[in-house]
Amino acid sequence: MASETFAQLVGLSTGVLLLSGVLLVWRRSLHAQVALLATQGVALAVLVLVLGLHESDAELLAVAALVLVLKAVVLPLILVRTVARLGVGVREETPVINTTASLIALSMLTMLAYLVSRPLLTLGDGPTTTAVPVGIALVLYGMLLLATRRHAVSQLLGFLVLDNGIATVAFLIAGGVPLVVELGVSLDVLLVVLILQVLTSRIRTEFGEADLDDLSELRD
Amino acid sequence: MSAGAAVVTVGQAAVLVALSPLLVGVMRQVRARLEGRAGAGVLQPWRDLRKLLGKEPLTADGVSWISVAGPLVLVASSLLLCALTPVLGTATLDRVPNDLFVVVAALLIGTVALALVGLDAGTAFGGMGSSRHMTIAALVEPTVLVSVYALSIPVGSSVLSQIVEARLDHPATIWSPVSLLALLGLAIAIVAETARLPIDNPSTHLEVTMVHEAMVLESSGRDLAWLELGSWLRLGALLGLLATLLAPWGVATEVTALGLAVAVGALALKLALIGSLLATVEVFLAKVRLFRVPELLAGSFVLAFLAVTASYLVAS
Repeated sequence: MASETFAQLVGLSTGVLLLSGVLLVWRRSLHAQVALLATQGVALAVLVLVLGLHESDAELLAVAALVLVLKAVVLPLILVRTVARLGVGVREETPVINTTASLIALSMLTMLAYLVSRPLLTLGDGPTTTAVPVGIALVLYGMLLLATRRHAVSQLLGFLVLDNGIATVAFLIAGGVPLVVELGVSLDVLLVVLILQVLTSRIRTEFGEADLDDLSELRD
Repeated sequence: MSAGAAVVTVGQAAVLVALSPLLVGVMRQVRARLEGRAGAGVLQPWRDLRKLLGKEPLTADGVSWISVAGPLVLVASSLLLCALTPVLGTATLDRVPNDLFVVVAALLIGTVALALVGLDAGTAFGGMGSSRHMTIAALVEPTVLVSVYALSIPVGSSVLSQIVEARLDHPATIWSPVSLLALLGLAIAIVAETARLPIDNPSTHLEVTMVHEAMVLESSGRDLAWLELGSWLRLGALLGLLATLLAPWGVATEVTALGLAVAVGALALKLALIGSLLATVEVFLAKVRLFRVPELLAGSFVLAFLAVTASYLVAS
């Protein structure tokens, strides 16, 4: 692949990763958020695919397929089913801080990501190195989602954005991890999501909705 | 060079005066057809304008000279905006470069004139409309500035013509993430600035929701015609700017008769396309609550800000 096309494709896929992260914080409807998470999964798979084609690495191509299946299809489907089982009234999130404030926080976090990754940017000047801050920004977005959202499904979304961010940084810096490790991590994420989904439905049957603020007291 | 630049500058204003009412007509017609109505035809805004210009303005008791001067200031600032937006050619006058900050200043003069007209008659609705208009304007101007600023960083100049020329020379930059983020932010800001859905409903006459209509409620006759024309010109110029940044092909870099003719045709086509697209999207949108408008605009500001951060920090 020509290096210019490669640079453009890396730029475009990391751009979509960043944009879907911003929109995830912006939108309140859980359905829209799950759709955005699937978009993010596709963008991550495209990024891995582009890296694999550039380095002619068959293992990375397999990892790309794995990422596509897990992050763009399986996990969003599980989340869609969880959201569908919720009542109509609770499909919108009411964050702890309002959307305008979280969007301002988002721009600050992005600046922070670019500033802390300056030492990494000195490692090289290829398109993959310059895109590293996007991965770190995604990690920070995930933490923001985890910290400011009340809904159990939104917490799950935050966790998955965090995981996407870590994966993005790993692929961009190290050209990916060995297939065995990737398989292990993917299985871990899948298990965590399944367990949290069960937990969410348990919370819902106990309390009627999946608002984590209801879990402020210990009872037996 | 100077004569050619003058031709381009005057030509842009003249062409946009001719095309902007047609653009509004196209948008209304597309919306009407999608809603299953016959529609009034593409030429209806021109007919309205001709009718209103022939009528003498009736003014409320106690209005000041602002009500007469305001509409003229709005039209003058909109004409300046049209003349400065590089929709036809990239040649610029030496004394008046179409710098980003000059363009936004021209935009703000019109915004203030419109708000003063709304306040002048002293009615509750006019004041309410002006207050909302200024709130939205205060949130929109930074986004317009920041998003075009993001586009200007790779070029190294805030002159719009040079940005357009650079995009003509390197079409690949149009699809770069920085450019896409900035254009998305700019598009939302333009929709808010020109009072379209979902910020303001241009066809509403329901008192509690209107913004633009509330300000022109007390105007009539010639004054109303100038206010409407001024607002349409702003819509034409801003959508033209967006279309030119998105698809710079057809813009004349040198002043020749053939080049300008091609540029006029390309502009008409681009405006028709972007107007139809906007009208189609509007059919599926509902107006957002006024208290959620800052959210939308904060979102567009963040997109523009991200574009600046990415282009500055990666480039340095």
